[in-house]
Amino acid sequence: MSTDPFILEVNGQSHEVADAHPGESLLRVLRERLRLPGSKNACEEGECGSCTVLLDGQTVCSCLVLASTAVGRQITTIEGLSGDGGLSHVQQAFVDAGAVQCGFCTPGLIVSIGSLLESDPDPSELAVREAISGNLCRCTGYGRVVEAVHLAATRGGGSK
Amino acid sequence: MTIATSLEDACAALAAEPNSVIVAGGTDLMVEVNRGSRCVENVVALDRIPELADWHLTGDELRFGAGVTFAEICEPEIAALVPALAQAARTVGSPQIRNAATLGGNIATASPAGDSIPVLAALDAVLELRSTEAIREVPVTEFITGVKATCLMPGELIEAVRVPVLDGPQEFCKVGTRNAMVISVASLALLVDRSARRIRVALGSVSPIPLRASEAEDHASGHLDWDSGVQPGPEVVREFAELVAGSANPIDDHRGSAAYRRHAVRVLAERSLTRVLNRVSSP
Repeated sequence: MSTDPFILEVNGQSHEVADAHPGESLLRVLRERLRLPGSKNACEEGECGSCTVLLDGQTVCSCLVLASTAVGRQITTIEGLSGDGGLSHVQQAFVDAGAVQCGFCTPGLIVSIGSLLESDPDPSELAVREAISGNLCRCTGYGRVVEAVHLAATRGGGSK
Repeated sequence: MTIATSLEDACAALAAEPNSVIVAGGTDLMVEVNRGSRCVENVVALDRIPELADWHLTGDELRFGAGVTFAEICEPEIAALVPALAQAARTVGSPQIRNAATLGGNIATASPAGDSIPVLAALDAVLELRSTEAIREVPVTEFITGVKATCLMPGELIEAVRVPVLDGPQEFCKVGTRNAMVISVASLALLVDRSARRIRVALGSVSPIPLRASEAEDHASGHLDWDSGVQPGPEVVREFAELVAGSANPIDDHRGSAAYRRHAVRVLAERSLTRVLNRVSSP
């Protein structure tokens, strides 16, 4: 059994989802049906944050969004954050600060940090740590991730 | 699949398919669905219903639509009115979870570890339940009837949560393995109600149903000099903490032993009473 076809707005484009099963998560639809594998799948219970996307501008775990309920929402994935083929400030800061090791958590972290800098362009260290408290990284120890946030903040924040 | 845009739509959809699964934020439901332990066929989504997303203050009563998110409850405007609820909200999951998860969902899930539950129990929160047939009001302490069990009937949804705005300091404390993404091992809400001259205490994660520590409440309320604001001595605080620990009804599980949980609520009781007493004499 599958759901009736529905349309999702992802990164400014409409996508028809034709044969999702009724309980299918937004993460699964993004990765398996829309071929947007940037959002990562690990825990499937909202613990790790590697599937973080923006839903109407707010960070959510896409593994915990029932895909068929996201109709009419603006969904932004990591693929939609870098305009004109270039890197966003946050992405470039991750490269420059060496905040990437295995890279699995990186897309989720970048979505969370971009969202933080949109609302708080010059965050305190505590605000940074709280903003990424739902993004688990088992490589970096977060030191260089926090450095990257401050670097991105000095370069103009989350928008680009 | 119904994406309801009004309460009437939602209730009509639930009446048509009483076994429908209700989804609001999805943060509890989808964990079970992803794990394969829950099947969803008929779904009624509540996240586009404006009435459920709204909250307002009337006199000294706050009414939350059941769809108000924990991120919204953390905002200063609400935090100033019900500080303990905002403190509890801030301990829910992570920013991603708080952006989606709703107050009504936390109540409907009825986990003994639900972070809002002890605060709502201490506030004597009243739930408004709606179906096509009727609207009824149930105190939160009666709504939750067991571990993940409620008196919500097929066809019914939680429309709103009403709580009083109390005069006095409030505390919510929670024990877990880190400061984020933690399911509580033990939690406690302590509220001062100056006008009724009462200390209110409720516990989380140490009982299958919401638990008020009434004996401890009587003890603390009776030993506070409400007129002078003079604080009771440390022996009163210790006895209060013992009574709180004695009222707990914890179990052993993978997150903690019953003995540890009892110890934890004793510590939380002592700590939170000491904190509010430091503020209770100053208006």
